Amino acid sequence: MSVPIMPKCYKKSSKPSNFCSGCGHSLALKSLGFVIDDLGISKKTVFATDIGCSLLAWNFFDIDTIQSHHGRAGCISVGLKRAMPKSIVVAYMGDGGGYSIGLHHLIHMAKRNEAVTVILVNNTVFAMTGGQSAPTTIAGENTESTPDGAYTDDQPIFGPELLRKVASKKAFLARTSVSDMAQLKNYLKRAIENQVRNNAFSFVEVLSWCPVNWKKNASECEEYLLDLKKIYKTGVISDES
Amino acid sequence: MELEGEIKLLTGNEIIVMGARSAGAEAFYGYPITPTTEILTGWAKEAIKDKRLIFLQTEDEPAAGFGVIGSALGGKKAWAATAGVGHILMQDPLVVAEALRIPFVIYIGQRGGPSTGTVIYSQQELNLARLGGNGESTRLVLAPGNLQELFDFTIKAFDWAWRYRLPVILLGDGYLSKMTGIVDTTKPGKVHAAKPILQSGGAPVNLRNCYSLEDELAENLNKNLIDFAKISKEVEESEQIKCNDAKIVIFAWGTVAEAAKEAVKILRESGTKVGLFRPITLRPFGAASAKQAVRGASQILICESSFGQFGRLVTESLFGITGVKIERLYRPGEGIIAEEIVAKVQEII
Repeated sequence: MSVPIMPKCYKKSSKPSNFCSGCGHSLALKSLGFVIDDLGISKKTVFATDIGCSLLAWNFFDIDTIQSHHGRAGCISVGLKRAMPKSIVVAYMGDGGGYSIGLHHLIHMAKRNEAVTVILVNNTVFAMTGGQSAPTTIAGENTESTPDGAYTDDQPIFGPELLRKVASKKAFLARTSVSDMAQLKNYLKRAIENQVRNNAFSFVEVLSWCPVNWKKNASECEEYLLDLKKIYKTGVISDES
Repeated sequence: MELEGEIKLLTGNEIIVMGARSAGAEAFYGYPITPTTEILTGWAKEAIKDKRLIFLQTEDEPAAGFGVIGSALGGKKAWAATAGVGHILMQDPLVVAEALRIPFVIYIGQRGGPSTGTVIYSQQELNLARLGGNGESTRLVLAPGNLQELFDFTIKAFDWAWRYRLPVILLGDGYLSKMTGIVDTTKPGKVHAAKPILQSGGAPVNLRNCYSLEDELAENLNKNLIDFAKISKEVEESEQIKCNDAKIVIFAWGTVAEAAKEAVKILRESGTKVGLFRPITLRPFGAASAKQAVRGASQILICESSFGQFGRLVTESLFGITGVKIERLYRPGEGIIAEEIVAKVQEII
């Protein structure tokens, strides 16, 4: 029986990780790990995690990390990159921290073309706190704070599309999902390469699932994610869109 | 003081920027707010002159504070300045700096509150500066009273921040920020060197401030509290003026202490045995020195531009002292001049 291949930059002592079984974060992080390995950048990468489930990644990798909250992982990344322009800075957050309480940080980072990479995992709920509605919750979605699914005429936040309005043309903005590992890895790689080569802002939203708060099993999660992809279109968000 | 060479009248805010430059500060992150905006614009001008300097006007105060944290992690002497409602927001990054032991320097130009209040002066941010975080507030707070101290303490703040890896708050006010005067900038104190906390070339560092278990957090907290007690002993500082034979000891800090100094001078000329205890560090507060200052006194007079924020600190520090009457001159959000203190002393004597 073959042993699954794990990224070399994993911190082995932190595995198995603290993420729930079946959590999409593990897939996003695994892809990021392979990208860090491929690019050979583990020594010069700083990984800034945020609050909520993303903070569980504080010791996921054997690379320098800093953990904060409320989308401030982005602000710390800005300070880090300005202090250490040769380092590669990756901020990692959820849709609660990034699109709710810390949304303005993302907008201003994009506006200023900060040369950092932000990875935002969107599972449409506040997961760590038990599944309340997020800025990404879709119409009719049952959450702990929208128990009847009555989600009137609220529109979800479309992060990369929103950032496109303010970002530099050099910015790499994309949406992918944990159900397409090849695209996920490809976009994460491009997002980091864009930071290094073009000294530009990069943002990848990763559509993900949360079996616990969605109250769905694996196949139901996959199915629901496919539905979500009809609303949240994956792909590179170009200047023209 | 004897003056040589070029003499310039400088405002407090300009002096703070000069102090930061003398301390080797390399990065400033800020958001405009009266009365500290000229620190931000002053640094912006410095950054034009010296391309090595980092400057960013951020989208809000937390972004500024977390920018400071990021640059400090990268080994840069970083700082910020804010006031009032901005100070409230700045507590967010300050507590992270406490938890993760990140050097962090900030000047607070207190303004009147609550909320928007007035834009220039008060001493109402004392509680916030000393104890504003969720946790045990392991931060150092320095209280400059005049322009020379503004320069000297700015340098001291950078030294302490990097020596002890703690947030250091310079607690001033808009009077200090906006007044002009002559300052000797030729003898700046020595400042502890900065070095990267992340990307230092050693084994990977995983910094976190999230704990699943009470014991894990307690272990870290207790370590920091033991350190803080040790550091407190090293840095605690206060000034006593004519307390030896004083029957009345005035307690005041910052700008009010300057007025109190003048009041002591006036009262002594008429033979009134009055002294002044003035904390230089507000956190830690020199409780033993305060007790020592009132050893011969029958009365103390607490003067502050807030409503008992300082008074509570003083009376708590004097716990156990008996036979000393406590008088108060509280002017929340208003300045206090020497003549008012003189009149109050004459009234209570």
